[in-house]
Amino acid sequence: MNIIQILFWFLSVVAIFSALMVITSKNPVYSVLWLIVTFFAISGHYILLNAQFLAIVNIIVYAGAIMVLFLFVIMLMNLNKETEPQKNRWLKMAGAVAGGCLLLVFVAALKGAGLKDQEAMVNEGDIGLIKNLGKELFTTYVVPFEISSILFLSAMVGAVVIGKKE
Amino acid sequence: MFFLSIDIWLILEKAILIACIIGLSFFIAMYTTYAERKVAGWLQDRHGPNRAGPFGIFQPLADGGKLFFKEEIIPLASNKVLFLLGPGLAMITALVTSTVIPWGAPIVTEKGSIPLQVADVDMGILIVFSVVSVGVYGIMIGGWASNNKFSLIAAIRGASQMVSYELPMGLALIAVLFMTGSLKMSEIVANQAANGWHIIYQPLGFIIFFVCALAECNRTPFDLPEAENELNFGYHQEYSSMKLGFYLFAEYINMFVSSAVIATLFLGGYDIPFVNEASWKLEPWLMSLISFSVLMAKISFLLFVFIWIRWTIPRFRYDQLMNLGWKKLIPLALLNMIITAAVMLWLNK
Repeated sequence: MNIIQILFWFLSVVAIFSALMVITSKNPVYSVLWLIVTFFAISGHYILLNAQFLAIVNIIVYAGAIMVLFLFVIMLMNLNKETEPQKNRWLKMAGAVAGGCLLLVFVAALKGAGLKDQEAMVNEGDIGLIKNLGKELFTTYVVPFEISSILFLSAMVGAVVIGKKE
Repeated sequence: MFFLSIDIWLILEKAILIACIIGLSFFIAMYTTYAERKVAGWLQDRHGPNRAGPFGIFQPLADGGKLFFKEEIIPLASNKVLFLLGPGLAMITALVTSTVIPWGAPIVTEKGSIPLQVADVDMGILIVFSVVSVGVYGIMIGGWASNNKFSLIAAIRGASQMVSYELPMGLALIAVLFMTGSLKMSEIVANQAANGWHIIYQPLGFIIFFVCALAECNRTPFDLPEAENELNFGYHQEYSSMKLGFYLFAEYINMFVSSAVIATLFLGGYDIPFVNEASWKLEPWLMSLISFSVLMAKISFLLFVFIWIRWTIPRFRYDQLMNLGWKKLIPLALLNMIITAAVMLWLNK
């Protein structure tokens, strides 16, 4: 067992445990904090796969910006354990059945996909490094990249229009 | 064996380096509190602390000791876990940033060179930004868990201020990255040693970055989260004893680390100005020591500017703060970025 395997198992346990805590915590603030831990564990996995840029951007954008907004909303609306709405038992059971069905579909779909023969390329390949990623984005994929940036711009304009007072 | 394939010596070397840097951060933070009070005294034409030891030099030790022995109060209606987590997170995020800063020239020996930098990773400066963006949580969690309206308002102010000022900070940085072509901190320093400091080419970028650093550290004139006349004491209102000390200390460590980042990005890092130090043929350890002292001199100067600004400029109003960030600094930083790009294209660099 080398250090990469040790890290892999550690990160996987952290990711799955914190993801479970996100959905089982009663207090919404705890859920947000556990989700941040999940993002950090997933970033660790990205680093093991040598996708450093993805790892850092995952932390900056998701853990650093989006989760702050989540926390903002929860704190301002003063959601806590007492005000958390409790669904009735039948709805919970229906949710569990629906989730189980989705899991079944995923397992069935991925079973035939031949994932077993493909091994993860750990700590090799340099497409994830920022230089190569940037070159690839601005040469081969420059059109989809610019189109997605226009999408973001329209979202920004939309947010300003909604946020503006009458 | 289980752990045989782990390089023990590398871990040992890095552990010693990390311990040194953390010790240094605490030491500098301690004496920045002293410097703050002394400089404040000097600017206001009074003595400042002068009782503990000669010139009051032991004042920070006395302050720390006092904080340790104070009664620790945890409000009944607070969220205990998060109340304890807040100061810890603030401290951790303040300390982690120092990992990617090159503290001096590497010590070259026959067996290989020892870099005075914990991690010279490809992402370099982006790691600083990721930690800064996570640094909001210490304030937010602490303020919310206190279950106090003033703390909550202060926490939300602090968070929105830090999120807003990250943007112009990042845009000002991009112009620097255009010039270096690398995110590695060691290469940013090497580029400045070869071509001159970035502050010469990027004066506007430097000013924007410095203003944003003031806002990120919650320093005057942007210390809205701690505005006493509006919020009593700010997000650490309910804290006492060393937990309060952690928040206050984390602010000074943040100041120290952001001074180090500014010195590395714009003031040449550990590079000695106006000389070609490679021609001196000094012993490698001596060279490292000199370059480390040069970096510390630059950091001390920036820390002095931080303190100087605090005791000179009054506090902004909250809407002025947001206007400055979103409507002035971001367009300025964008302009700076476009001009840099155009000039570089023109010069065919």
